[in-house]
Amino acid sequence: MELVEAIVLAVLAASTPLLIAATGELVTERAGVLNLGVEGMMIVGAACGFAGAWLTGSTTLGALCGIVAGTLLSLIFAMMTLGLAVNQVATGLALTILGIGLSGLIGAGFVGEKVTPAAHLHIPGLTDIPLVGRILFGEDAFVYLSLALLVGVWLFLYRTRAGLVLRAIGDNHVSAHALGYPVLKIRLFAVMFGGACAGLAGAYLPLAYTPFFIPGMTAGRGWIALALVVFSSWRPGLLVVGAYLFGAVTILQLHAQGAGFGIPSQFMSALPYLATVIVLVLISRARTGGSTAPAALGTVFVPDR
Amino acid sequence: MQLVLEKRAERSKAIALISPLIAIGLTIVTMSILFAILGKNPISALGVYFIDPLTDSYSLQELVVKATPLVMIAVGLSLCYLANAWNIGAEGQFLIGAVAGSWLAVKTQGTGAGHWVLPAMLLLGAVAGALYALIPAICKVRFGAGEILTSLMLVYVADLFLDYLVRGPWRDPAGFNFPTTAEFDPVATVPVLIEGGRLHLGAIIALLVVAAATVLLGRTIKGFEIRVVGAAPRAAGFGGFNSNQLILLTFAISGALAGLAGIIEVAGPVGHLQPGISPGYGFTAIIVAFLGRLNPVGILIAGLFLALTFIGGEQAQIAMKIPLDVTKVFQGILLFYVLACDSLILYRFRLIFASRQVPSGTG
Repeated sequence: MELVEAIVLAVLAASTPLLIAATGELVTERAGVLNLGVEGMMIVGAACGFAGAWLTGSTTLGALCGIVAGTLLSLIFAMMTLGLAVNQVATGLALTILGIGLSGLIGAGFVGEKVTPAAHLHIPGLTDIPLVGRILFGEDAFVYLSLALLVGVWLFLYRTRAGLVLRAIGDNHVSAHALGYPVLKIRLFAVMFGGACAGLAGAYLPLAYTPFFIPGMTAGRGWIALALVVFSSWRPGLLVVGAYLFGAVTILQLHAQGAGFGIPSQFMSALPYLATVIVLVLISRARTGGSTAPAALGTVFVPDR
Repeated sequence: MQLVLEKRAERSKAIALISPLIAIGLTIVTMSILFAILGKNPISALGVYFIDPLTDSYSLQELVVKATPLVMIAVGLSLCYLANAWNIGAEGQFLIGAVAGSWLAVKTQGTGAGHWVLPAMLLLGAVAGALYALIPAICKVRFGAGEILTSLMLVYVADLFLDYLVRGPWRDPAGFNFPTTAEFDPVATVPVLIEGGRLHLGAIIALLVVAAATVLLGRTIKGFEIRVVGAAPRAAGFGGFNSNQLILLTFAISGALAGLAGIIEVAGPVGHLQPGISPGYGFTAIIVAFLGRLNPVGILIAGLFLALTFIGGEQAQIAMKIPLDVTKVFQGILLFYVLACDSLILYRFRLIFASRQVPSGTG
């Protein structure tokens, strides 16, 4: 039973950065913008988040640094793709390359340092309930925040007028423009929200997941977050299922490595990446009746005034 | 004040030619600022980056050695991008090509095999790279799975597979437990062009690849189909071009070239299989392809330029203690400027000042 509890806790921790980054990207993509730079924004968020927390001694300020860094990078992306109508795929790749370089520069001075990991919630009585206590009432703030963020995004997209406008812009920017909605402005906000989430997700890694910074520590999580958005069919409800499923794959392969079934560890480490490919194939195959992607996803929009 | 894009009636040829130069100029200005922030003298840093590698024979050879894989991979990628197929997993195809070719080198080690080994290795590398690239292409054509994410995920898989081989079955028994194969036999090594130098046969192969791609794109029906499918998919459909077949073809070619580059790198400058054989050639080649305007000759020039940033980066690290990551920042910024300047080919930028704006009745 102890082991089950430990595994669930580890799965939640491993899933949280995926969930946060994917929630942000979901909003960006729902507005019709494909930002492939999630990995780059995440890794800069990780470096800045760690730097901020190490310098100030505060996890909250560190997380804020990560958010600001991710948002700033997403602004470069917005300037290029919204302002100058540049191809979104290529710009996203450029953002990732730049992000990996920048995080190395920023983080170089912090390799080998440690910070106090994010505090876990403790409610006397509730947290001490056997089995479920620590899982429900003993997480760090990021885990609760990620779920609140997801519910907030769901409410925004499906229960507010602004959310409806955002989805309309993602499906048909020409019609939305003709109706007088500010397509580029709303897309700018959506891109910035995606950047802020990616930065926060990156900051989670050195602030709560492991209390130190390693160059390249996102290890493709930004790309997996992008795959999760596809997996979810751009719906928040399925996103949380996907994120926890991937967290589970990550943790189970770690445990399998520990147990050692005679399978080389590299094969187990490759599992999350192979699972992503397989899931993408299965989900695309199931959708033979037409795509569920926002119709204008990835296309440039130049208003004709 | 507001920036407005106006579509040009046709692509501006003049700007198409000078836009990469503008991009490089802007990048150098930005880098000078970055060097100043890092507390280094920008002039001497730029000198170490861009001038010093061109001043001695060793560095010049090294420049071509580094440009060889970049050019080969980028030529393949440009075919994909022209056909609007987004292969971003060239790094993985490079590694798998290196692994497949190395298999033969490891198996024939010390058996006194003849001169057939190297050509067979190159062939194996190209075939394996092509097959590995076909995985995302088939997933795309057959199941509609986005090729961007699948091709990238396979990079991580290839990287781990190579790591497993050199730490496990292929590890050099006399290698003091280092994760590497034994040095390849002379018959399994790409010959150098100048005795005692670094320049090797791969450079000639890269030039042949550039020539072949120029002919393919400019002189053949297939090349025309590739360009039409990317630029005007509807027209290509009316023309009866099979876009799925072209996706498979361009992925296979680019995978083969990346795989070939991989085995040439391992059997040439490196001499054995080990982790970290690529400082990100597969990703940098994406920048090379765009900077070279997806044109084979342009890619040749762009490949040499980006090779310069690798060597300059290494020298700047040694001479001025500038971190190696500056090279990646440099490459990322360069790609941003290249893409931004490309926008000038299609659009005219105009700044509109709110106070002077006249309400138009036609809009």
